[in-house]
Amino acid sequence: MRSKGWGVLIAGPRAGARVTRSARNMAHLYGWLLLLPAAALLALFTHYPALGTIYHSFYSTPRANRPSVYVGLDNYQSMVEDPVFWQAVTNNLIFCIGTIPASIALALLMAVWVNGKIRGRGLLRTAFFTPTILPMIAVANIWMFFYTPDYGLIDQIRGLFGLPGFNWLGTRNTALWCLIVVTVWKEAGFFMIFYLAALQQIPPDLSEAAAIEGSSRWYFFRRVTFPLLMPTTLFVLVNAVINSFRMVDHVVVMTRGGPDNATSLLLFHIYEVGFKFWDVGYAAALTVVLLAVLALVALGQFFALDRRIHYR
Amino acid sequence: MSALARPSIIGDALETAGAWLLALVWALPILYAFWTAFHPGEFATRFSLLAPWTLENFANAWNAAPFARYFLNTVVLVTMILAGQLVLCTLAAYAFARFTFVGHNVAFALVLVQLMIMPDVLIVENYRTMRLLGVLDTTLAMALPYMASAFGIFLLRQTFKTVPRELDEAARVEGCGPLQTLWKVYVPLAKPVYIAFGLVSVSYHWNNFLWPLIVTNSVSTRPLTVGLAVFSGSDQGIDWSIITAATFLSVAPLLVAFLLFQRQFVQSFMQAGIK
Repeated sequence: MRSKGWGVLIAGPRAGARVTRSARNMAHLYGWLLLLPAAALLALFTHYPALGTIYHSFYSTPRANRPSVYVGLDNYQSMVEDPVFWQAVTNNLIFCIGTIPASIALALLMAVWVNGKIRGRGLLRTAFFTPTILPMIAVANIWMFFYTPDYGLIDQIRGLFGLPGFNWLGTRNTALWCLIVVTVWKEAGFFMIFYLAALQQIPPDLSEAAAIEGSSRWYFFRRVTFPLLMPTTLFVLVNAVINSFRMVDHVVVMTRGGPDNATSLLLFHIYEVGFKFWDVGYAAALTVVLLAVLALVALGQFFALDRRIHYR
Repeated sequence: MSALARPSIIGDALETAGAWLLALVWALPILYAFWTAFHPGEFATRFSLLAPWTLENFANAWNAAPFARYFLNTVVLVTMILAGQLVLCTLAAYAFARFTFVGHNVAFALVLVQLMIMPDVLIVENYRTMRLLGVLDTTLAMALPYMASAFGIFLLRQTFKTVPRELDEAARVEGCGPLQTLWKVYVPLAKPVYIAFGLVSVSYHWNNFLWPLIVTNSVSTRPLTVGLAVFSGSDQGIDWSIITAATFLSVAPLLVAFLLFQRQFVQSFMQAGIK
């Protein structure tokens, strides 16, 4: 009896006429019971902390003999007056501009190559994709070794041309760009995979037809392939933006935000304020800014989303 | 591709050369670090084809830090997260795919929120919660925020929706309850998706760093990534050969698995990405 009840309901619209009130209640119950464990954890570790961050950003940091009190916008006031915050925001923007277009363009190039009839494409794919499966910590270790002044790989190569050693990670102007290079190197292969998947969905008759028409490969790419890849580009773009605000492992290992905060990214600043200075009230205010950025990305994606992509 | 589409052989050759050059640039860092790990320290900064090969760096790294323990910790962590994700995401995905319950649209939208606001950025509040729960410095604290994965729920929901209703009805006629139907019909049919999700999840959490760094504080809980960072960050005099050896030690299982089952890995990431 029981199994019949839920069965009638999940049989969907075709059985709609037979749906009884008790069966409908069963479906509500089963639906929620199945969802409950995941929903509880999501609420506890995603929704509650997101709201809790906003709430706590209006409260002072509890200290030994001073409990947390409501301070209004004080934390935000300190934020506006905090030069390191502005530095981190600027750095994060530079980081976005430095990593996102470069890694997307390289990913597209790699995918087109690996998808074509190029010789040794299996090896090419391995070379492009391997950095992706390494932890950022490992990648950071490897590149730190290359950036070492005088002895690192880069300065050794420069040495061959008689150029002097240079402290890449210890110089304000170059440190952030060093991190950008590492990030592009690690991410391009990851994004390549999504382009590769999309390229394989494009029917081959299209390129055959274009070939018969005598259009050049570049023209075909510009007018057919690239537009067809737009949904993928959007997906990759959103992921790249999120990643550039979410990933700070390389900052922790390679520069610790230095020299002189030149490589501090927003999340790294939150980490420092929250877990080095234990100023959780201020860290909450900083996190609110990060959440606002992510919400903007979500809204942007929502409005830019191609109408044809819909969740069935 | 007919001959019409390729105007010049030179152009093709240039393109192939370009592709190979880029691949070389991409592979070089790993290859050079790999070479360093297998050669005596004095060659780390002085490349020479004649340098003798050695495993000493690996032995030194292994003895200098409790890597065996870190390995165990990472394996336990990754297993715990994956097991939790498989159970929770399967149940939730089944609910969204086949049950029309009150508020299911709102609930689904709330699940998708996690695709944007990942636990990675909620470190301050989640640390507060873990302290209140009294689980700081435990594997559970590292695993809990990631167990209900919106990505997993979404992926499995899409898969379950493609299961023909006839199969579902057949199971029902046989007298299966909802959970039995899930187990006997939906889960077996979604096997490739489970493998794809498993690979993506394991590689993500094997590599995860910031949250484990924050909630762990001892050798007995620290995963490999944090252990590696502690090891290479300690001011013990920087010996690049040993650090690169330790680095390869930490990533070896994942790297070897990737190189052996590359096609499966790439397919999995593709499948997970298309949605």
